This record gives sequence, C-alpha cells and structure tokens, in this order.
Amino acid sequence: MNTESTMNMQTSLPQTDKMTVSATTALPQTGDRLSMENETIKIQVNDLKLYYGNDQALKGIDMVIPERKVTAFIGPSGCGKSTLLRCFNRMNDLVDICRITGEVLIGGKNIYDRDVDVAELRRNVGMVFQKPNPFPKTIYENVAYGLRLQGVRSKRVLDEVVEQSLRSAALWDEVKDRLHDNAFGMSGGQQQRLVIARAIAIQPQVLLLDEPASALDPISTLKIEELINDLKDEYTIVIVTHNMQQAARVSDYTAFMYMGELIEFGDTNTLFTNPGRKQTEDYITGRYG
Amino acid sequence: MTRENDGFSQHISQQFNDELESLRTRLLEMGGLVEKQVYDAVTALIEADGKLAEKVRENDNATNAMERQIDEECMRILARRQPAASDLRLVVNISKIIVDLERIGDEASKIARRALQLIEEGQAPRGYVECRHIGYHVHKMVQQSLDSFARYDSRQALEVAQEDKIVDREYKTAMREMVTYMMEDPRSISRVLNILWVLRSLERVGDHARNVAEHVIHMVEGTNVRHLSLKRMAEEVGRSGRS
Repeated sequence: MNTESTMNMQTSLPQTDKMTVSATTALPQTGDRLSMENETIKIQVNDLKLYYGNDQALKGIDMVIPERKVTAFIGPSGCGKSTLLRCFNRMNDLVDICRITGEVLIGGKNIYDRDVDVAELRRNVGMVFQKPNPFPKTIYENVAYGLRLQGVRSKRVLDEVVEQSLRSAALWDEVKDRLHDNAFGMSGGQQQRLVIARAIAIQPQVLLLDEPASALDPISTLKIEELINDLKDEYTIVIVTHNMQQAARVSDYTAFMYMGELIEFGDTNTLFTNPGRKQTEDYITGRYG
Repeated sequence: MTRENDGFSQHISQQFNDELESLRTRLLEMGGLVEKQVYDAVTALIEADGKLAEKVRENDNATNAMERQIDEECMRILARRQPAASDLRLVVNISKIIVDLERIGDEASKIARRALQLIEEGQAPRGYVECRHIGYHVHKMVQQSLDSFARYDSRQALEVAQEDKIVDREYKTAMREMVTYMMEDPRSISRVLNILWVLRSLERVGDHARNVAEHVIHMVEGTNVRHLSLKRMAEEVGRSGRS
C-alpha cells in the first residue's frame, strides 16, 4: 500500500479519494474473512471495464493482487479471466476493437497512462501462454534473447544469466549438456519451463501465466506447479487456470470470476473449503450455476 | 439454519450426486443402528433383560463393519472426485462422525456386558434410576445429533452440545450418590462399581454425541467449532448468514 502515494491518477475518473481506500475495502463481498494487512499490494485494479466492440467483457473489476504471492483466477470459459490477465501487460492493446476504462496500478503507477512505455511495461510484466512458444533457436539463445534485445553482449553475463534462469526454471540439470540444441527438440513440459526461464531471464516483477500447464502431462504439470511455488519468493505471480485443483494447490489467493465480474476474491484455503458466495460454491463443487 | 437436503442432486455429474447421497444414507443407517444400541443397552439393564443385552453385544459387529465400509467409501470419493467446499466438508465430517458413532456403539456394548453381570448377580437394583435418567437423556442426544445431520440444522446441533453440559452435571451427582451407597453398605461395592462403569459409559456417549454435533456444525457452517466454549460456538452458529 505504501506505493500508492506515488501513484499517478487518471483525472478523468470520478473517484478522487483512492489514496485512502484500503485494500480490504476495495474487495468485493469477502466479508470479514480476508485479511491482507500483512501483504504489500503489487497490482491494484480500479473499476476496470473492457469492451470488445459492443460486448462488455469486464464489468468494473476492483481488486488487489499482493506482492510475491500467487494469485489464481478461476471461472468458466468466457468469464473474462484471461482478458483480465492480459490487461496487466496491455496485451489487449493488440486487439483493435478493444476499449478499456478504469485503472490498473502496478507498483502505484497506472499502466494505462499515456506516458507509459509498453515495451518497458512488458519487460516488467512477463507472460507465459497456454502452449509453449519457444523461438526456433537453440535453448541457450531462447533464454538469452531478452538480454540480447537489451543490448547485453558480454558472454560471461549471458552465460551466467542463462544458467541462473534455467536453474530457477528447474530445467538446468535436464538441458545443461545440450544448450545449443534446437529448443523444438524438447518435450512440451520442458518447452514450457524454457519459456518461463526466458521470461524470468530479464527479471520481471510480475509473471502472468495463462493456463501454463493445460497442455502438459501430469508429471510436467507438477513440475510447473513446483516451479511456481519456488518462483513466488521473487515474483508476483498471477495464474489463470481451468483446473481448480491446480488453483487450490499453487495459489495463495483465488479470484472467482463469472460473466465479466469478480464474484469472490479470497484466501485460497478459505475459498476452497468454505466459500462465501453461492455462485463460487456451485462452481467449485461442479453444480449448475 | 436449515439447508435444503437435496443440494447433492444438483451436481453436473449425476454419479457424484448418487455417491454423496448414498454416503449420507449409509451414515444415517449406521446412526440409526447405534442409537438403537444405546436404547437397548439401557433398557436391557433396567429391565434385567439378558436376551436383549446379548443382542446388543452381537450387533456391535455390525456397527464396526459399517464404520469400515463408510470410511472406505469416503476415501474413494476423496481420491476420485476431489470434492471441494460443502462437498468436501460433508465427506470429511462423515468420516469423522462414523468414528464417534462407532465409539458410541462400543459404549453400548460395554453397558450390555455390565448389564449381563448385574443380571447374573441378581440383587435389588441400586442406581438404576440414575442410569435410566442419564441413559435416556444421552440416547436423545444421539438421536438429535443425527437429526441435525439429516436436516443440516446447525442450531439443533448446538443444542446437543449444550445438553452435554447438563449430562456432565448429572453424571457428577450420580457419582456422589454411588459413593454414598458404597459407604453405607460395603457389601454392595462390587455391584455399585458395575453401575459406576455404566454411568461412565453413558457419560462418554454424551461426549460422542457432542462431537457428532460439532462435526455437523462444521459441515453446515464451515467453521470448525471443536474445543470452543459453548458461548463461542453459539456465536459462530448465530453469526452465519447461511440458509
């Protein structure tokens, strides 16, 4: 919360007293059961509305995402969870018919302000997609790619970062002898971890994972989950998943979305054992909503 | 705080509905049997009915077998369905409730054994009034705790927990009385000791009924009220806005 004093507010928005709004009051319907007093807020979303043409995909989302924790978004298909995730590094800018109002503050700064450098934003907010998308290059070059873009030339630095990133992504031992093989020769699970290694090589602050394990087998899935758990000491992680057990396993906080609205946001343990809203209950227990 | 019982019928998976429903039914079956065991054991004692006492002893095997079966079923559901939220609370609490029910069955069996001994010795009954009073009291508690389970009624469960306090008091009074009997007439000591064991068992039945009630509250409200004072427990039940 301390970061908010420096935040840059969009003057077109009616709320002017946001500096005093505490994290807990910004959350919908979680009652007295969610305490985020001990958390530092990394991302704050204020009344975020998103339209694809005439369709409203996000209907005024207010939420906070704590730093160095794993936050999972769950909900049925088309509920807006991936859309919301993509708002955090402005991936929706690439969609022509997309229109956005409201604010997304990351570290207190509204990323939709005019003066924001989107390339810089995406450097800070890395993203991993459902299907692993390594570049058609060697394993080494995949990881080193971001650094080379930044102009890093030193082989020593590159070697070091590549090794460190691959180690962080729990991949080093499997690939250290074939760093210069083409990345397409790896298994799907390895490719996904490679993509994560590539994302963390440039040391982002936030890591967005959009269904990172949905195309993987159970063992690779567990490895990714294990990795998420290791990475949360350093990164703020937001994960979208269809697999509720996965959300229950890896996340500290869970947000349940439905039809473009945030229905419930809470501590994962509570949300999966005793949810506060009936819609959440129906969804996670597999009932008709 | 009652809740619709047919909440299980709304899963997308019909088979999951059936599994949960059957689990619930089996628990109530086991509960029905155990409850009858307590009633029969107390009646066998008071009416010196050796046959009935024998029957209680035999039935104990049935409750043990039921406990094992229901426990296995709970495991299977956890492994295969990975239930969440209210389903999870249902399955986990059922697997706890059956432990208490099985113990209640054990206590009933112990009472029946004492009853058989007392019948053999065949002397004028002493302490039977107390046994009958406490016996029927705890029997009612068992009944009510099962009712509260069937109806998802956390208020009724709370009442059972509150009753347990009264039983504890009655038990203490009865104990004092038994001590007086023994002092008055040392020849009665061995008989009164048997009665003491019966009273002890009944008091335990009350404790287990309270445990069952606490599991029901957890299942319905989602708050664990184990080892909380009655006052706190009442607050938790009262606070909930569930319907």
